[in-house]
Amino acid sequence: MRTMLIVARRELAAYFATPVAYVFIVIFLVMLGALTFQVGNFFDRGQADLAPFFTFLPWLYLLLIPAITMRLWAEERRSGTIELLLTLPVAMWQAVVGKFLAAWAFAAIALALTFPMVITVNVLGTPDNGVILAGYAGALLIAGCYLSIGAALSATTRNQVIAFVLATAVCFAFTVFGSPLVAGFVAEAVPASVLDAAQRVSLISRYESITRGVIAVRDLVFFATFIGFWLYANAVIVDLRKAG
Amino acid sequence: MAAMIEAEGLEKRFGPVLAVDDVSLAVARGEVLGFLGPNGAGKSTTMKMIAGYLTPTRGTARLCGHDVLEDPVAVKRCLGYLPEGAPTYPDMTVTAFLDWVAAIRGFAGAERRARVERAIRLTALHDVLFYPIEALSKGYKRRVGLAQALLHDPEVLILDEPTDGLDPNQKHEVRRLITAMAPEKAIIISTHILEEVEAICTRAVVIARGRVVADATPMALAARSRWHNAVTVVVPAERGEAAAAALRKADRVGAVEVAARGADGAVALSALPRDGGAGDGALLEGAVREALAAAGIAPSEMFIERGRLDEVFRDLTMREAA
Repeated sequence: MRTMLIVARRELAAYFATPVAYVFIVIFLVMLGALTFQVGNFFDRGQADLAPFFTFLPWLYLLLIPAITMRLWAEERRSGTIELLLTLPVAMWQAVVGKFLAAWAFAAIALALTFPMVITVNVLGTPDNGVILAGYAGALLIAGCYLSIGAALSATTRNQVIAFVLATAVCFAFTVFGSPLVAGFVAEAVPASVLDAAQRVSLISRYESITRGVIAVRDLVFFATFIGFWLYANAVIVDLRKAG
Repeated sequence: MAAMIEAEGLEKRFGPVLAVDDVSLAVARGEVLGFLGPNGAGKSTTMKMIAGYLTPTRGTARLCGHDVLEDPVAVKRCLGYLPEGAPTYPDMTVTAFLDWVAAIRGFAGAERRARVERAIRLTALHDVLFYPIEALSKGYKRRVGLAQALLHDPEVLILDEPTDGLDPNQKHEVRRLITAMAPEKAIIISTHILEEVEAICTRAVVIARGRVVADATPMALAARSRWHNAVTVVVPAERGEAAAAALRKADRVGAVEVAARGADGAVALSALPRDGGAGDGALLEGAVREALAAAGIAPSEMFIERGRLDEVFRDLTMREAA
């Protein structure tokens, strides 16, 4: 546990060692603001809630979360420091979970900086702050899912660009499975059972129910299992590289 | 004495390529094993397997009695490892990096500070403590890697080319450091520098095409050279021809090799022993002295060769290629 946190702390500090972290946070906040206020008609809706904000968040994450995870393992492999990390007394799970937690903490910091949104709706009206809190929880969970995918795929390559593209593609697949638009589009091409299975692993419908304020144990277990699966895959991929 | 490092039938395949083929080694406390071989012979791959970074295709290694496949974390606790190229996190400063390694190794508080301070002292890093590692020269980077490996005063040290990129003074310092630590530890170093093997290693293992082709003391390896027990004399250039002729006729001399010595206009003549160096070097020396005296030539230098490691190295590593 302690070792894992030491790995995580170094990793988190590494984000802020270069201007990349600040650039990322600024882009995240600007784009999220633009989507919420311009595209989401935040004011015209006349409702004191953050629904447009949470609707756009997963789609913005699709592009930005892989940018957080792409260097986690790819950079270690490119520079050879992975050999250093894996020959220190660190168990594989400690390295994998430590890196994931650092990325998650960074995503959480970026998300926390959207607090002016919460202040804005509270000044303009009387929103249900419980629902907003649930929305933030959902946002953290879906960020965790994308991060776990991105971290695992970052271990497959020493090229950060490839890691980024792979992670975006896979996150996109897990997101659109549940969208009614895509479901209607592919309904004729694939059997109903496949479509049904695909929707079960879709992230977006569960995310939407949480942001509406419905926190079901089922969904929490799903998210935890999802993240756990990808972290396990991450460890397996790193281990395979050792064998190769 | 129980071996601190044991490798048993290590084998590594990368696809169809057999990089390391059945390498077994045992290194006891107090030994410094020099790992020699041409580039691509499998030195680094073997060290990576012993350090637990690469999983062997077959075979295993034990460090301090822990199996590297069964208990990797215990192995890594007793191991100080300098990987090939001395990788370190470039964005960290030297102190931050060493402090982080000390934390990972489980040191806290005053002890962590003391450990870091000691590693800094041993590798003379005082001047660059607060620089990011990426801004350092190659020699400093190598020393940061070395400091990291020495930090926890491990019982086993595996150093992949510890003196690569260092200037002659730094090389000397690192060799002195390794020699000073040697009695307490089991050490493996890989190197291209043969004089380094002669200077600090108690044993030399030569590896070629993934196989161990020699495992002996540096002295014993040098004795395999045809130069072993040869007598070399230095004479003025104009007397070279006459001296060579006299030596060829001398007792016990097999062949004579002539090498020009650029600066002082002298030539070095080496009389190789007819018996291949098995006999006494002093007898050959006597024969050479007599032959030169008979020809009226006074050599300015005269010494018995111990053998030339570079020639033995070439012999061992090229033989199978032919």
